[in-house]
Amino acid sequence: MWNKDIEAIDRKDLEALQLKRLKRALELASGTSFYGKVFRDNKVDVSKITTLEHLKDLPFTVKNDLRLSYPDGMMAVPKSEVVRMHASSGTTGKSTVIFYSQKDISEWADLVARSMVATGTSKNDIFQNMMGYGLFTGGLGLHYGAERLGCMVIPSSTGNTLRQIQLMEDFFTTVIHITPSYALHLAEEIHKQGIDPRDLPVKKAYLGAEPYSEATRDKIEEQWGIDAYNSYGMSEMNGPGVAFECTEKAGMHLWEDFYIIEVINPETQEVLPDGEAGELVLTHINREAMPIFRYRTRDLTRIIPEPCACGRIHKRIERIKGRTDDMFIIGGVNVFPSQIESVLMKVPEVGNNYQIVLDREENLDKIIIKVELYSKMFQGDLKELEKLRKKIVEELRALIVVNPRIELHEPGSLPASLGKAVRVIDNRKL
Amino acid sequence: MPFQVSVFAENRPGKIERITDVLSKNRINIRAITISDSGDYGIIKLLLDRPEAGCDALKDVGIAATLKEIIAVKMEDAPGGLHTVASLLSDKGINVEDAYGFMVKSHENAIFVFQVENVKHVEKLLAEAGIVAVSEKELYLM
Repeated sequence: MWNKDIEAIDRKDLEALQLKRLKRALELASGTSFYGKVFRDNKVDVSKITTLEHLKDLPFTVKNDLRLSYPDGMMAVPKSEVVRMHASSGTTGKSTVIFYSQKDISEWADLVARSMVATGTSKNDIFQNMMGYGLFTGGLGLHYGAERLGCMVIPSSTGNTLRQIQLMEDFFTTVIHITPSYALHLAEEIHKQGIDPRDLPVKKAYLGAEPYSEATRDKIEEQWGIDAYNSYGMSEMNGPGVAFECTEKAGMHLWEDFYIIEVINPETQEVLPDGEAGELVLTHINREAMPIFRYRTRDLTRIIPEPCACGRIHKRIERIKGRTDDMFIIGGVNVFPSQIESVLMKVPEVGNNYQIVLDREENLDKIIIKVELYSKMFQGDLKELEKLRKKIVEELRALIVVNPRIELHEPGSLPASLGKAVRVIDNRKL
Repeated sequence: MPFQVSVFAENRPGKIERITDVLSKNRINIRAITISDSGDYGIIKLLLDRPEAGCDALKDVGIAATLKEIIAVKMEDAPGGLHTVASLLSDKGINVEDAYGFMVKSHENAIFVFQVENVKHVEKLLAEAGIVAVSEKELYLM
């Protein structure tokens, strides 16, 4: 463990630490224009918050609150104390901005180092960071963590596939940080160089920045001959390193000395007991420049109540099942893209990229699933291809009531995702 | 045993061009080409002078291509030429899965190329009936 005193802390001591940090965060937030008003409007007296139970008295914070407080309505320290900002891509409306003090950056790096150690990474590793650097938190977040741990960091960022491969070969990269779609694409490109990715020294991958299924993780592990780790993070909660799998690979430890976890029913907003599935709500209690309380992540998961074999006491959450807002309804049934992906990735003839297109014809929902044929499995027979199409339809029928139309595409012809892959196109919202 | 190269292609403009571009750059000659399509996509079948090299070249640029075993028989380019072969296959209950033909001017012959499930078995039947399947070398260099 990176910090045994914290990772294997007694739960009582952890709760005492949480309360202490929560109080401090509330004091800091009271001075901000955003929370100052929220507390006044909701008659929240922060001095009366004396137990963790009182957290429930605070209202939720949602993504739009961050937009409304743009640019600095949630900044809780003097501007001169802020050393960095990050911002979300802001594809819909204004972007959301996050601030960090010197201490925040340092503690975040520590948290990421802790997460990496939980997966078995050490200072002897060579870490190639194939995530975007810049306003996005993924690149810099892992970069600082890996440096804190003492790895040699290759800040290769995104793109330039041939150079990525060259760097891996020449500097014996052992750990990579990569989006799942790029990991699949890169494996194909490495094959084209006449190299089997399994023969490279890479042992481990951290996957992030876009949703993916467990079947995709299996596929990446298989193609690369490595361990791929699930992790969880979002800029509102710092960035990467909020929750990370340990070597047990049985759920992600959510670091409770930084965050207070709640899982709620997204419709009734009622807090659910541990073990029940719902929307994850997080309170950041260890970022002085910008505390956030009861943030509705819109991510669906559940807390795994059982203790983990690794000895860390921080609660684990299950891999994210989907987002409350990327779920779509087709023919009256709720479907997550991740569920469709799980089915597709189990079919060996299906390649790495896919796209889901939703349409409406004569008031009826239609779903078209475009998949790429995996070159190696191509038999040269029209009959085989028809059989494959039927097989996918049958596999999916259990999941979605509407008969999906399967389109087979040539390898590499669907948008292949150097960044976040767009998997669902809904043409119904015209 | 001769082979053809079968290529998966979406039914969109420019798909044949992409294939012929690769083959021409690799100096591979196309002896015959045929397409079976099923609406959205199809399979382009190519008889090449160097099928293995052609298939590898296509795969290298990411095209789904595979070698497929075929039978090719030579017949006189005259009425009834194909009928002899077809009658034999019909008598023996052999299903032709896919077929195409082409003429060879220099030889005044025609070549009938077809796919069946059990190639060895059908070749034996043809030989017994006095119809000789064209060998690999002969076909590619024809």
